[in-house]
Amino acid sequence: MKKLINNPENVVEEMLDGLTLAYPEYLRKLDGFHVLVRKSSPISGKVALVSGGGSGHEPAHGGYVGKGMLDGAVAGDVFTSPTPDPIYEAVKAVDGGAGVLLIVKNYTGDVMNFEMAKDMAEMEGINIDYVIVNDDVAVENSTFTAGRRGIAGTVFVHKIAGAKAELGANLMEVKETAQKVIENVRSMGMALTSCIVPAAGKPNFTLEENEMEIGMGIHGEPGTHKENIQTANEVAEQLVNKILEDMCLNKGVEVAVMINGLASTPLMELYIVNKRVNEILTEKGIKIYRTFVGEFMTSLEMAGCSVSILKLDDELKDLLDESADTPAFKV
Amino acid sequence: MSVRGLRVIEIINKIADDIEKNKMYLTELDAAIGDGDHGLNMSKGFLAVKEKLKDDDGNNIGDILKKTGMALVSNVGGASGPLYGTAFMKAAMVVNGKKEIEIEDFKQVLEAALEGIKIRGKAKLNEKTIIDALEPAVEALKNALDNGSNAEEALKKAVNAAETGVEHTKDIIATKGRASYLGERSIGHQDPGAASCLLILKTIYNEISC
Repeated sequence: MKKLINNPENVVEEMLDGLTLAYPEYLRKLDGFHVLVRKSSPISGKVALVSGGGSGHEPAHGGYVGKGMLDGAVAGDVFTSPTPDPIYEAVKAVDGGAGVLLIVKNYTGDVMNFEMAKDMAEMEGINIDYVIVNDDVAVENSTFTAGRRGIAGTVFVHKIAGAKAELGANLMEVKETAQKVIENVRSMGMALTSCIVPAAGKPNFTLEENEMEIGMGIHGEPGTHKENIQTANEVAEQLVNKILEDMCLNKGVEVAVMINGLASTPLMELYIVNKRVNEILTEKGIKIYRTFVGEFMTSLEMAGCSVSILKLDDELKDLLDESADTPAFKV
Repeated sequence: MSVRGLRVIEIINKIADDIEKNKMYLTELDAAIGDGDHGLNMSKGFLAVKEKLKDDDGNNIGDILKKTGMALVSNVGGASGPLYGTAFMKAAMVVNGKKEIEIEDFKQVLEAALEGIKIRGKAKLNEKTIIDALEPAVEALKNALDNGSNAEEALKKAVNAAETGVEHTKDIIATKGRASYLGERSIGHQDPGAASCLLILKTIYNEISC
């Protein structure tokens, strides 16, 4: 294992401290908890948004705490859901009286821990609700799996529901908007290399020099298949086609596109992927309203990328264009 | 046979020791079909349980189980934390205020734990989870007691049923949790949660029988 760390046990704590020190005008860390909240929290009368999950996906989620996106982000151990206590602490710290919406990625552990935190907050009389993001089309969404995983499409939920909350909508309205994003966003990823959880010290799967895995999850969960590595164009086609099989996009429809790097893939390669994604969509008469290329939901040092497509209507377009000012995402 | 509060704490401490001894085994089971942290997380959780119970006076078994559940929820993480935590907290409710419990109480404790896990995990039998060890154990315990077995015999039957249940998880395609992404590739591997559940039941039996 070759990593720039001090002690595997302290990576989350030290990472959150470093992030807070880099953006003191945006963030503060709750004493004794792996929780980052907006510096001005709680904001009276505004619905607060809290997300979180295992660490190792930076800048998710702490990087999205700020105006127009999240009010709180809870960091679990690397690739492990946070427990209910810090989630509950985050909720208490950001609740400005208008209620709290939890944005949860669809993993068994995350869902259970966030549900328990929600129960705890309800017992304290906090108005709270949650949405579950499940944008990963690599997994069959059926009764035979834990359901589709939440991956990079989650950032669109943060952005758009965050804008809705910033404009003064109530909890039910913010939840409906978040749900609308979830229903209209699909993602598909691929990996070129594995990654190493610091505490484990060795990779939990391997890909040979000439192999890639299509549909790989952001914790290295299996995808749809392994195959020999192909060109960026061919990979872009596979990812986009799998997404399009799953969503109805008629000619003339407008979309937002996110090309997300998993951490070790240079921007050069992400831009190359974006070029082909743009061509494919344009050939089909789909209009690209906005494109985001960068690292939004990473997977430690994994190489690879994911493509997310969000189908837009007027409301979603307006909310996407609203200003957002956070350490990792600005509009 | 009645078991007093301080003895319950001793048994829980023994469970913690056995989990600690088996943490690499549980972690390896998990690495095959999950994310390879079950043993590490469980041992971290039960260490916290030991700490939390060390000054307990043993006067309320419900309180002991509640503290155990809360320590597990707060320290295990992943899916196992909420599941085992809920199990102990639900179990706590049926013995709240009791200074000592009988085997009939323990039967209700196990039933409540099973119910809690089913609700929290939205899972049922044959989905390759803890339930595949716990539900057969509860059934076997109930049947044995109904047929006049004593506590030790009934617990033995519960452990045997859990053992068969764990073995059976090898033949099940996972449909819950991270293992479900593997689909058919999950066959041949036993479920780590069912395995840790068996471990806990075995420790309880061993402590009661000697």
